[in-house]
Amino acid sequence: MTFDPDKARKELEGIEREIDALGNNSSDRATEERIEQLSEQVRQLRADLATHPSAWYRVQLARHPQRPHTLDYVQHLFQDFTEIHGDRGFGDDPALVAGLARFHGQPVVVVGHQKGHDTQQKLRRNFGMPKPEGYRKALRVMKLGAKFHRPIISFVDTPGAYPGIDSEERGQAEAIARNLREMARLPAPIVVLITGEGGSGGALAIAVGDRILMLENAVYSVISPEGCASITWRDSAKAEQAAEALKITAYDLQSLGIIDQVIAEPLGGAHADPPKMAQLLDPILEKSLYELQQMPVPELLERRYQKFRLMGQCFRDGTG
Amino acid sequence: MTWFRREKQRLQLPESTHIRTEGLWIKCEGCRQIIWKKDLEANWNVCPKCEYHFRLDARERLRLLLDEGKYTEHDAGLETTNPLDFVDLKPYPDRVRSAQQATGLKDAVITAEGKMGERATLVCAMEYSFIGGSMGCVVGEKITRAIERAAAQRLPLVVVSASGGARMMEGTVSLMQMAKISASLARLDEAGLPFLSVLTDPTTGGVTASFAMLGDLNISEPGALIGFAGPRVIEQTIRQKLPAGFQRAEFLLQHGMLDAVVPRLELKAFLVRTLGFLMG
Repeated sequence: MTFDPDKARKELEGIEREIDALGNNSSDRATEERIEQLSEQVRQLRADLATHPSAWYRVQLARHPQRPHTLDYVQHLFQDFTEIHGDRGFGDDPALVAGLARFHGQPVVVVGHQKGHDTQQKLRRNFGMPKPEGYRKALRVMKLGAKFHRPIISFVDTPGAYPGIDSEERGQAEAIARNLREMARLPAPIVVLITGEGGSGGALAIAVGDRILMLENAVYSVISPEGCASITWRDSAKAEQAAEALKITAYDLQSLGIIDQVIAEPLGGAHADPPKMAQLLDPILEKSLYELQQMPVPELLERRYQKFRLMGQCFRDGTG
Repeated sequence: MTWFRREKQRLQLPESTHIRTEGLWIKCEGCRQIIWKKDLEANWNVCPKCEYHFRLDARERLRLLLDEGKYTEHDAGLETTNPLDFVDLKPYPDRVRSAQQATGLKDAVITAEGKMGERATLVCAMEYSFIGGSMGCVVGEKITRAIERAAAQRLPLVVVSASGGARMMEGTVSLMQMAKISASLARLDEAGLPFLSVLTDPTTGGVTASFAMLGDLNISEPGALIGFAGPRVIEQTIRQKLPAGFQRAEFLLQHGMLDAVVPRLELKAFLVRTLGFLMG
């Protein structure tokens, strides 16, 4: 039987109401035992909820409109954020933000997808789907950081790179490809935080780094569950099944060796308490940066190369 | 009760007198004329009447590009182990097996070494008929090994892509192949060796968005579909019809995304000539 987080949540609420009701009444021995029993159930349900939400439920959390986005993390984690605009070629893409900031006093470079919380913001940010100029801006600012030996922190949260006529005309594929190649050799530490949706190539284009950290309700996939379902089952309603099959949760990806660390979220998800989320993130980010900055650049680059070189050794030699 | 009895056995027609007509002729998608298939094959799948470029499989591609059609294949035995235990309507290993039987290949790319215009060259050719030429861990590994081999042996590299993109059935593992290949191309770039990318019909998704667009030269064939998002996805997103010729090689050339569009019959000469300019 699969765990249903929605049902568990309702059940949890029900039990908590029951406990409240019992607590208000008499305090005889039978009632106390009943409360004890119910409290045990509550602990169990909370533990289940924290560890076992279905992949599809996590997709919903990752897409939650109130989930903190790059600029929310910037506000909570950094000081003196100074946004840098434009790709110096075509324009400025609001779906991808970049800038300079201080993290515990240390100057860093920040790049990240930006989605928006309400309709107006979402439209302005194109739902966090960058066009080529967005990726080119990100690379330009990361190169600027590397030139001055500033570590780079990248926040990944996008449904994907924008699929449109203008994107294709201006070379969406080329922009992504170039980022992959250049990030592999940028001479500065890169920490990648997958905070929401890791939507395929559009996510990967700013997700090549030395540490790949992922929030526990974030997802990272080669295709959206809906897209997968409509291709394989010819039915996008099978998205729930597809989400499971694609192994897109942080824990799945950790066991596949694709990400380094899963970061716990506040109960209920990051949107339930964004300042708390940032608080949980802060020491992990600080530690990662510290470790990476101890490494000489040639070693850093060699390790980064080997990290990706060894991803997905899922083959055998069938000639033997 | 029978009045008549057959005295002799019925005459047996020898098998060879059957005339098979199906598959001998093909309708050209360019000029709508009927062409004799053998004429088409003799012309490397280019319509002899209108020069429409049909797809060419990986083995034929290598035969076209390498001197006397001779080459040594590398890593031919690598096959996938199904990292996600992916099952949709059919288990993934079954899909792989039927693709292997249909193509005689273990996965969607052949990596090989041979002479091209008398110059030792590493050539990778993707096979579109193997699960849409999709890139999983085997394609990623074979191409990465070819790149590393090129750097170690100081040889030029040519990759002919034909692919729908990353292989969905290997999930995020296949996505990571984009990063892996691109990282090794950075090293080839630093080693100062040429990488010529030939994008053939169709090259889309994660293959375009990684190595296919990272050539020192990016070359294509007339009419090839090249893009990041597939045309259907774009139509669904913007809810309007796409202009004629959108995402074709000529469109990309016009928008500055390709260095040249070269007809198939001139492709080898073009590659040999440009490598001559780039290498001592």
